[in-house]
Amino acid sequence: MTETALPFGARFSLAFAAFFAVLFDGAFAAQVQKLKSGAPELPPAPEPEPEPEPAPVKEERNLEPALQLLSLLQREGRLVDFLQQDIVDFSDADVGAAARVVHDGCAKALGAHAKLEPLRSENEGARVTLEAGFNAAAVKLTGNVSGKPPFSGVLRHRGWRAASIELAELVGEYDATVLAPAEVEL
Amino acid sequence: MSEARFAVGIDLGTTHSALAAVELESEQGHPEVFAVPQLVARASVEARALLPSFVYFAHESEGALSLPWDKDRTFAVGEFARSRGVESPVRLVSSAKSWLSHTGIDRRAPVLPIGAPDDVERISPVEASWRYLDHLAEAWQHERGTDAPLPEQEVVLTVPASFDAAARDLTVEAAYAAGFENVTLLEEPQAALYAWIESAGESWRSQLSPGDVVLVVDIGGGTTDFSAITCVEREGSLELYRIAVGDHILLGGDNMDLALAHTVKQKLAEAGAELDRWQLGALSHACRAAKEKLLGDPDATAVPVVLPSRGSQLLGGSIRSELTREEVERVIVEGFFPVVEANAKPARRARSALTQLGLPYAADPGVTRHLADFLTRHAGATHQLDGARAQGGSLLRPTWVLFNGGVVKAPALRERVISTLNAWLEADAAAPARVLPGEDPDLAVARGAAYYALVRRGRGLRIRGGTARAYYVGIESPMPAVPGIEPPINALCVAPFGLEEGSEVELPEHQLGVVVGEPVSFRFFGSSVRRDDQAGTELERWAPGELEELSPIEITLPAEGRREGDVVPVKLGARVTPVGTLLLEAVPIEPLKNDERWKIELSVRA
Repeated sequence: MTETALPFGARFSLAFAAFFAVLFDGAFAAQVQKLKSGAPELPPAPEPEPEPEPAPVKEERNLEPALQLLSLLQREGRLVDFLQQDIVDFSDADVGAAARVVHDGCAKALGAHAKLEPLRSENEGARVTLEAGFNAAAVKLTGNVSGKPPFSGVLRHRGWRAASIELAELVGEYDATVLAPAEVEL
Repeated sequence: MSEARFAVGIDLGTTHSALAAVELESEQGHPEVFAVPQLVARASVEARALLPSFVYFAHESEGALSLPWDKDRTFAVGEFARSRGVESPVRLVSSAKSWLSHTGIDRRAPVLPIGAPDDVERISPVEASWRYLDHLAEAWQHERGTDAPLPEQEVVLTVPASFDAAARDLTVEAAYAAGFENVTLLEEPQAALYAWIESAGESWRSQLSPGDVVLVVDIGGGTTDFSAITCVEREGSLELYRIAVGDHILLGGDNMDLALAHTVKQKLAEAGAELDRWQLGALSHACRAAKEKLLGDPDATAVPVVLPSRGSQLLGGSIRSELTREEVERVIVEGFFPVVEANAKPARRARSALTQLGLPYAADPGVTRHLADFLTRHAGATHQLDGARAQGGSLLRPTWVLFNGGVVKAPALRERVISTLNAWLEADAAAPARVLPGEDPDLAVARGAAYYALVRRGRGLRIRGGTARAYYVGIESPMPAVPGIEPPINALCVAPFGLEEGSEVELPEHQLGVVVGEPVSFRFFGSSVRRDDQAGTELERWAPGELEELSPIEITLPAEGRREGDVVPVKLGARVTPVGTLLLEAVPIEPLKNDERWKIELSVRA
């Protein structure tokens, strides 16, 4: 939580009020002491009023499939190694060689676990018409965006849709945050 | 035991296994491949069409290798076993099937993994096979529930056509150990042809005509297997006969990938880069992909091969090379599929007195030389067959070729096999052979095996052929002892070539004496080329290579009703069981009770 800084005038009058409050109010002085030493304390929350309905709790997102996908792409195509390395100083030949490793392995892994398909069947560069009620989540308008449908424009990108994705069933004891174990050769 | 609901075909391969099933009652059902749930990475289970035939024994530090149906498992079967085994080879069981047919070892003894340290569990080749079957049964139950357990279905297990009687026996033994109650064996090349028949439907009858000979060329990851099946007409209808099978050749795609890896390794060494064992394994893997690309795409001239660094820095540490079309053609096409004459013979390994414990890999990498040898050795295969058209010439003349196995997916290799074969046929004044359009060569055997279970129920045409070998017992011929000279051995035919399921032969004249209560063992031989010997034929000499010595056989007569140490005269008999194994029996000349007979154990020990 960030708070906006007060203007100087307000700060001046607050400093005076605080000066006297600290001097004569022991409890207030103790609060300021804590604030000064870096541990701000919120004022005690008022007694919660009995709510007839519990407030909707935001569900914690399950990140396991994301970790699993990263682990798969690292295992099969060394993707994490590739992305975590600074490649600025390497020649294009070196980057190209590494990209082959990553592309071969990741493409195979992706192909085995996900079915991806383009959203539009037209060729890129072709003129397309969007009728009223088109799916705005699947088609993004760019350029001179104004007026009412039907829209006529040039298809710049066909888009991608994940038709299906299936990851391995996780079994037994594991730590999903370990994307790749360290290796020690005996 | 409940009634079987499914016909199941299991291809128990050297490097991969697969399972296909079809409901027995379905009228138009096609066998479908069952995706096998298996550990593919730590704690990750996926269902895949192929189950790599590997067992990995986890170190205690690794914890459990949990499966959905067993949280505490300490070993893994399948993809994770295969990939983990590359990192820790001493804990990996691989090529168990090649060991199962290895006559030089006791195949029931825990010898795998070879050279494992003392703290690694060891299993026998038989046990490795049952663990694969066990995994399939568990996976099946996990996916389909308990109402139709796999071991209670009508299961057809495939074996290489070149498996001898003992290796077939051991395969069935593994199936029984895994709880399978109703198994039948089928030769893999036949399964591949059944898959073709199944997919062609009734139209196959218009494609094959009497006199046709189908050559099945099955080149898998670890083995090469040839079979010939002919089409005959009897009483107006077509019949199929398997007329010849080749030797067991331990030569396959893995050898080819390794040969390419060594080629690239050599190039890298010249450039100053040394590879360790791990990198050579990774290189072999990379070469396989490059080979498939080069052999599949005639326009590609070179494919880069990159060996990723082992550390987390991918750039800088990776080694880059390339594989050129010229290299693949030299190493794979010319090295493994050379253009040779029809009379070419594969080089044979000289038998050394001190053999190391290892697999008897083919001494000659030339697949075409092995093929030439197969066809010339079986030149007369159609002569004796009733209704078949006798072929003349110096080699068996295929009219069709059916390819199977992962290696022959490459069009360039199929073309080389066909062009070489057709050159031989042309020189022999015969018509060229054509290619039968095959099924997915990785899965055809499992599908064809499931279809065969339906065929056995009368739902299609059965390929006949019987045993692929004649079998002989070694009998010492009576002669005065001469110091330093081993008494010569005569070979007594106990089971003729082509002995069919349900038929039985007995040897009336030859009596053998067996000691009660003591195991008596005999030397045992097989021949895939002597078609005319009848049960009881005694050979004093034979051409080199005609007879192959197998593991000895053993009879133990129980003492019941007889005195221990007595010599009981017996005659030998042979029959083929409904399962498809050869059963040798000793029948006493003077039985004490009705139908008294004792089983003769095949493959006792090395």
